[in-house]
Amino acid sequence: MARVVIFGSLRAYTDGVGEVEIAASTTRALLKELARRYPGLREVIEAGVSLAIDGEVFKEAWFTPIGEDSEVVVMPLMVGG
Amino acid sequence: MTKQTFKILGSRPIRPDGVEKVTGKALFGADKSVSGMLHARILRSPHAHAEIVSIDTGKAEALAGVKAVITGDDFAPVENQETLYTMQNCMAQGRALYDGHAVAAVAATSRKIAGEALSLIEVRYKTLPHVTDVDEAMKPGAPLLHEGVKGRHLGDDVSGNTVSYCRFGHGDVEAGFAGADKIVERSFKTAAAHQGYIEPHACLADLGADGRGDLWCSTQGHYLVRETCAEIMQMEASQLRVTASEIGGGFGGKTTIFIEPVALMLSRKAGKPVKVVMNRDEVFRASGPTMSSSMDIKIGMRKDGKITAAQARLRYQGGAFPYEMVSMGAMSAFAAYDLEHVQTEGWDVMTNRPKMISYRAPGAPMAVYAVESVVDELCRTLELDPLDTRLKNAAREGVKSSYGPRFKAIGLVECLEAARAHPHYSAPLAANTGRGVSCGFWFNFGGQVSVSMAINTDGTVNLIEGNPDIGGSRASISMMAAEALGIPLGRVRTTIGDTASIGFSDTTDGSRVTFAVGIATINAANAAIREMCKRAAKIWEIDEDAVEWVDGAAQPAGHNAGDFPPMSLAEIAATSGKTGGPIAGHHEGAPDKAGVSFGVHLVDVEVDPETGFTAIKRYTAFQDAGKAIHPAYVEGQIQGGVVQGIGWALNEEYVYGTDGRLQNPGFLDYRIPVASDLPMIDAVIIEVPNPGHPFGVRGVGETSIVPPLAAVSNGVAQAIGQRLFELPMSPPKILKAIS
Repeated sequence: MARVVIFGSLRAYTDGVGEVEIAASTTRALLKELARRYPGLREVIEAGVSLAIDGEVFKEAWFTPIGEDSEVVVMPLMVGG
Repeated sequence: MTKQTFKILGSRPIRPDGVEKVTGKALFGADKSVSGMLHARILRSPHAHAEIVSIDTGKAEALAGVKAVITGDDFAPVENQETLYTMQNCMAQGRALYDGHAVAAVAATSRKIAGEALSLIEVRYKTLPHVTDVDEAMKPGAPLLHEGVKGRHLGDDVSGNTVSYCRFGHGDVEAGFAGADKIVERSFKTAAAHQGYIEPHACLADLGADGRGDLWCSTQGHYLVRETCAEIMQMEASQLRVTASEIGGGFGGKTTIFIEPVALMLSRKAGKPVKVVMNRDEVFRASGPTMSSSMDIKIGMRKDGKITAAQARLRYQGGAFPYEMVSMGAMSAFAAYDLEHVQTEGWDVMTNRPKMISYRAPGAPMAVYAVESVVDELCRTLELDPLDTRLKNAAREGVKSSYGPRFKAIGLVECLEAARAHPHYSAPLAANTGRGVSCGFWFNFGGQVSVSMAINTDGTVNLIEGNPDIGGSRASISMMAAEALGIPLGRVRTTIGDTASIGFSDTTDGSRVTFAVGIATINAANAAIREMCKRAAKIWEIDEDAVEWVDGAAQPAGHNAGDFPPMSLAEIAATSGKTGGPIAGHHEGAPDKAGVSFGVHLVDVEVDPETGFTAIKRYTAFQDAGKAIHPAYVEGQIQGGVVQGIGWALNEEYVYGTDGRLQNPGFLDYRIPVASDLPMIDAVIIEVPNPGHPFGVRGVGETSIVPPLAAVSNGVAQAIGQRLFELPMSPPKILKAIS
């Protein structure tokens, strides 16, 4: 199962939980499961998040594969200038 | 990732847009004119915060030559909240939220008549309390910009202007501080700065009676313009064609819209094309500068230079509408360091100022300024070498970043080592001078992209992509296409398509274009190569799989190797009409794995003790570009970011009076550095290839503005023997500090 790291301020929506394990083969499945477990996160996820999978940052890419032992870090949606 | 060898990448060909720009042939936002065109002017609020009691446009409409007048009442509500805020920033509805907020607009047969008509519009205001300082705006009871937008989970200790909160980090900072030999805790402030693009916002809108429209504008993202304007104008996206003009600078400031809906609405009302061109006063008062900030930094260090814990609290002021940007600063603040214990918090706050918009590495420069200033103070206090200390704590591959993910291949250590070995670092310093050092970081990202590549029958290539060229992307894309196809660069021409000619592309921001469009270009080239190999196989009557592409030509491979002479791209293209029709390649996608970027800057400053004036005497910037496609453009990006950062550090600031009005909306009073102010900025390109790009490319457009604020401040601190904690360090402030 992938280890999902939730950044500090989002833990307000996860009862303080900073890491969870989720069985998901894609980022979309992972985000759906995250929103199911923590409904407070749904609004944030729907507004858009970036995910770092084993150190590589992905911006709203639903079908990016996630490995069995991947570390996935939920991050704010990237913006730039 | 092993370093590759290239034939074209890494060379410095003449810029493809150079002749058009220096001869005046290039058409910028204000250069487009059409028959029957009207000229528009915009009436703006003189108040920082006021209820718009009434607007009487009767006299203006009666003026000869006036064809249309609009106010906020002409814009219907839109469902999407973000678009609604954008629309209400373009034209106030109910309240004027900052000095310069648009309240009405006129289209007339001349700009002069439009200006006269503005003076005939009677607006009755009821002024309201205002707030322009971030710390004041956060206090409970502060004048409120909008109801019901306070960030979730924020308590009563902050006002409703506080629209978001973020926190990042890991470890136990208190335990880390307990292990420190020295702790420094400081507070900093930075002023709002403008991107300072030379070309003001300008557009020409033509919305016909048939509901179809054309919009020509200076923008970093014409698809963003199309989608936002179509929503505001309640039209289908396909019916609005947006063309991006040549752009005279953007730096993030043209990643939204300010005047386009106004031009479209006036055009719809007048039934004629309408041009809107901001003057410089309007650019300062009513476009988007970057955020100002108020920050607290605490860092603990052992005597040997190892950082034991780091903590930051960032409060950003972003103007009159909800936004979220402080998280980018919070994630960037300590990115250069390998920290066991780190925590960063951030708050985004609204004030009665123009709504902020991105400015190169948005949110990062101010946070890194504060952090790197404290690191510098610790080094000086503990008598440690600033580069050695940064190397001791430097982030590198495998390190867990302060914002969560573990770094892949990065080039910070290489930049630090190059800086330490550079003659600049060991050069002697004269009297009243100081040498500053700072690291900098930016994320970079990929995003959506469309590329279409046509192989012409004469062996040349036309490539269309959908990202406005703000920093030389036509050159770098052509070079990557030529490299991938194996043909001379001169046979490739890249143009920027309008929104009706090619699929969607994200905005030109996030240092993404060379990375993302580059990947799409390589994929499009590979698609064309596959088709050309297929055509050659048919001609040779062998299997497609038995053909390979080498040096710009198809050649038989495997057991067919040597059976036929190679067939060049030009030869295959020449017969394409007989072998199956036109040959093309295209790619649509959303590449990720952009790879973060680091830089290290050295600066020597000289402070005049009599005037407080700071002169930049020498500047050397080291930056990891992954692979520099066109090194001259990369150097230009580095130099440009440095110059803007120097301006932010020394002079640039939005100055507001107690009445909430901007005091310096012009380049006379808002001083940006120009060529004659500065020495040559030496740019040293470091290449640690990004494994996420076939050629190793990393974005280079933003990182360079991050280190200068702290580098200059650290240099000034050494030069005058004391540290300033507020930017800009303009001469009066320095004089006050040393006198």
